[in-house]
Amino acid sequence: MIPGPFTYHRPESVADAVKLLIELGDEARPLAGGHSLIPMMKLRLATPDHLVDLAGIGDLKRIVRDGDRIVIGAMTTQHELLASETIASCLPILHETALLIADPQVRYRGTVGGNVANGDPGNDMPGLMLTLGADYTLEGPNGNRTIAAHEFYQGAYFTAIEPGEILTSVSIPVPPAGHGHAYEKLKRKIGDYATAAAAVVLTMAGGKVATCSIGLTNLSETALLAEDAAAAVIGTTLDDASLKKATEAARAIMNPAGDGRGPPEYRKHVGGIMVERALRRAAAVAR
Amino acid sequence: MAQAKKTQISMTVNGQPVEGLVEPRTLLIHFIRENLQLTGSHIGCETTHCGACTIDMDGMSVKSCTVFAVQAEGAEITTIEGIANPDGTLSVLQEGFRQMHGLQCGFCTPGMITRAHRLLQENPNPSEEEIRFGIAGNLCRCTGYQNIVKAIQYAAAKINGTEFKEAAE
Repeated sequence: MIPGPFTYHRPESVADAVKLLIELGDEARPLAGGHSLIPMMKLRLATPDHLVDLAGIGDLKRIVRDGDRIVIGAMTTQHELLASETIASCLPILHETALLIADPQVRYRGTVGGNVANGDPGNDMPGLMLTLGADYTLEGPNGNRTIAAHEFYQGAYFTAIEPGEILTSVSIPVPPAGHGHAYEKLKRKIGDYATAAAAVVLTMAGGKVATCSIGLTNLSETALLAEDAAAAVIGTTLDDASLKKATEAARAIMNPAGDGRGPPEYRKHVGGIMVERALRRAAAVAR
Repeated sequence: MAQAKKTQISMTVNGQPVEGLVEPRTLLIHFIRENLQLTGSHIGCETTHCGACTIDMDGMSVKSCTVFAVQAEGAEITTIEGIANPDGTLSVLQEGFRQMHGLQCGFCTPGMITRAHRLLQENPNPSEEEIRFGIAGNLCRCTGYQNIVKAIQYAAAKINGTEFKEAAE
């Protein structure tokens, strides 16, 4: 289980990292926490000739409130998210989800940027970022650009990142006070990727759902935003008929692979259940 | 690609400054076991699952099979060899594992103790649930975890100066 040989680079600024990625071309990969990339390299599913370690770039580690948004630097670890008062109070669904990622050792190393930029449909953060309406900042040879999470994911491990670009931060609009939220993740054991998972952020008014957003994890080639499912519950009291409509609408867009976690039919079935549970729990905590 | 150039690295392991010349692809666990000859940290699954290779790196529990040695440049590392008291007697955690029979074959034990060491630094008085959640990245195929949890509770009680009471099973 020894990875193929590579040359190690440790730039001290984003500009230097971008320059290296451009110079070294396709055979270079940025390295964040390494807990997706290093296992892939050990299996020789990834054989980069160059690794550009982002750990030496200090300004990629931060959690700041910027007006009505929370900005999280790409190298912020899941452990740091869990330790953040800002996240716990403004984005409790992020805290809840980070706790369900892998195990303590992996959370000390695994980063938010790596989780969202890798394009792995099994990662938990992409579905959550779709649900929260997050934007990603990419820095490349031509400067910065911002892209919405829902425009970022194009296929499994295939994203809108262009050669030489690095995802440097995630910006999330703070949901309104009193919003309801839940991330329901079915997994075989702690540390596993989701068999199926659903994120819900909603607001209630007068006993009815006022706004709702639903994201799905590991139920297609990319994380999905289940817009029809969300529309099916808006204006309802989340009665059984509306919940059924929502789960059916969510299942209609699911296209999971069959793997050790179960055949596609099973994963769609439990995917619908995750949506229903997340909707119920989100509504229960909404004020 | 041809053999990559070796890189000079230095770090502090169990309080001692160490250095070495490694290929960038050298995993930290191999550097610790082969270059430093500290073979207490074990290689179990090599796939980031089992936690047998857990070490403490800059105040974090880390699976050293999933870190390149070059990434640990300048780091402060503690392995199981650095857990005992300075006078060589067993630390309270090691004593807990001994008293509570927290091991059978012992293969997972270095990782378990190193992980529990950090857990108790962060949360000196954990509940049983917090202990189980906190060691979820360490697999034991012998004990069923019950005695490992007791061992950590024993250590927590000693650290807090309270009396350790075994919960009824």
